[in-house]
Amino acid sequence: MAVTDRVRPRSAAGQVPPEDTKGVRRLAFSQQVSKWDVKLSPYLYISPFFLLFAVTGLFPLVYTAWVSLHNWNLIGGQGKFTGLENYAFVVAQPYFWNAVGNTFSIFILSSVPQVVIALVIAAVLDANLRARTFWRMGVLVPFVVAPVAVGLIFNNLFADQFGLINEMLKAAGLDPVRWHSDSVASHLAIATMVNFRWTGYNALIFLAAMQAIPRDVFEAATIDGAGRLRQFFSVTVPMLRPTVIFVVITSTIGGLQIFDEPRVFDQSGLGGADRQWQTLTMYIWELGWGQRNFGRASAVAWLLFLIIVLIALLNFLITKRIASQGGRK
Amino acid sequence: MSSIPMIEQTAGKGAAKAAARRGPGARKPRSGHGSDRRPGFLTYGFLGAVLLASLFPLYWSFLVGSHDNTVLSRGIPLLPGGNFLANAAKVFDSIPFWKAMGNSLIVSCVTAASVVVFSTLAGFAFAKLRFRGSKGLLVFVIATMAVPTQLGVVPLFIVMSKLGWTGSLWAVIIPGVVTAFGVFWMTQYLRDALPDELIEAVRMDGASMIQAFWYIGFPAARPAAAMLALFTFVATWTNFFWPFIVLDPSNPTLPVALQLLQAAHFVDYSVVLAGAVLATVPLLLLFIAAGRQLVSGIMQGAVKG
Repeated sequence: MAVTDRVRPRSAAGQVPPEDTKGVRRLAFSQQVSKWDVKLSPYLYISPFFLLFAVTGLFPLVYTAWVSLHNWNLIGGQGKFTGLENYAFVVAQPYFWNAVGNTFSIFILSSVPQVVIALVIAAVLDANLRARTFWRMGVLVPFVVAPVAVGLIFNNLFADQFGLINEMLKAAGLDPVRWHSDSVASHLAIATMVNFRWTGYNALIFLAAMQAIPRDVFEAATIDGAGRLRQFFSVTVPMLRPTVIFVVITSTIGGLQIFDEPRVFDQSGLGGADRQWQTLTMYIWELGWGQRNFGRASAVAWLLFLIIVLIALLNFLITKRIASQGGRK
Repeated sequence: MSSIPMIEQTAGKGAAKAAARRGPGARKPRSGHGSDRRPGFLTYGFLGAVLLASLFPLYWSFLVGSHDNTVLSRGIPLLPGGNFLANAAKVFDSIPFWKAMGNSLIVSCVTAASVVVFSTLAGFAFAKLRFRGSKGLLVFVIATMAVPTQLGVVPLFIVMSKLGWTGSLWAVIIPGVVTAFGVFWMTQYLRDALPDELIEAVRMDGASMIQAFWYIGFPAARPAAAMLALFTFVATWTNFFWPFIVLDPSNPTLPVALQLLQAAHFVDYSVVLAGAVLATVPLLLLFIAAGRQLVSGIMQGAVKG
């Protein structure tokens, strides 16, 4: 790589070692220093990540379990130990199960179409296009729009009254949809926002994976008389399996924590009058910062954590089976 | 003198691995499979539709943001109106827009810079230095990417308020100063991009580890570091959940401020959407300047990841 040429002249500047001048004893000392330098430096260099993860990632997650076992108020702080009371309370709430349902519903509605459409876009981008970079950049534009902005814009597009989508439905002779009161409709609207922002991004990931498929596989398929469509379903898609799984797994972890888009889907931000689109993370927020009950919020957070771990494990098992059936990374 | 352990350390495994990776990995970008013929008008039509879908919501936002509040009740507008500046002025009146923009800039720049520095350091160590436990630790780093740390918000908030940091930008910056993705990304890149012989050479010349990093590792990592900076910048700029929890409405980042536009009792959508446009413009400019790098960053990440 060209990198080496660029680097070499610079290295001359770095020749002067800091301590190795006077006498043998100093030399021995500097050798000692150098030995420790070699031994300890790697640990020093990787330590920021581990420190930060321990303090802002792992510790809070574990401590969440501790908080969830107490009466704990946003203002008053730690109260008495209550055991599993918070969990019992939360699990008895209809809003909790409602949020579980909403979260999964939005997740399914956003992940499945997203993967399918992204695959199609990737296949089209894989053609021998003119202005290739332009098209690739074009599909990525939504990625730089903040989810909150996406939410505000789509909230308007999906407005029950005078929204563009409903006006178009009316023009087509259909009934307008009550996007902000019907539960499934609101999930569809929110899933559309997620899809808007991520489909192009995932299409580029799939495109990269498609281009990594050896060319001869397609040549062989062509010789065997497979048309383009047949090639897509019988060669491209199976070969992309690991990438699809990767995308699904990463979108699961993020998707089950969805907050931004549903939060701005109306003014109050609680997920609708009957919590039609309140997700689990929104429910955590409502308990913790709306009702100032950190204990209960932590209980929900911990339950959501368990759900995500469970799904991740499931994903992992399925992945292992599928990966052993062929396909390449 | 001190270089003897270094030769052992750098020549062996790393080089072999890099060579192994180059094998199937170093294919030339291929354009289209099947045949090299140019695709027809249907393909471009489809892509045009996708492009339209990508851009339309932004155009719509500008369209509504350039009219007044009653425009939608009078029918669907097709062309922008002349009210954008008036709406923008209302945005500046109702939220601390410029303060939010400044905060977003500070938070995103500081986070991007620190992620790049710390990730490159860690990547350099993982890719090029041999130390006990390096493999296991790298696996651990990758595994943490699957941990939904966002769920630790309650204790994180408790800690921040104990420190008296709630409402301060530090509360937003600190949890993001280095990411697992960044470490993984730089490790992958440096493995291939930085020849071990080069490190040996400077070590022979008596450079310390940190000098070897600074004069050899960091310059070699520059292309990947630029991409990492871009991604981190975009991710931090668009981040909402944690800043929304920990920052005050009086000292927000852009997404937090933007959301306030809609939280009022009476919502003027032409103002809200004008705000959405204003908040998106900086990243659109960045996209025009560096979108090409974003595209290739995503595509490289996909093949390596």
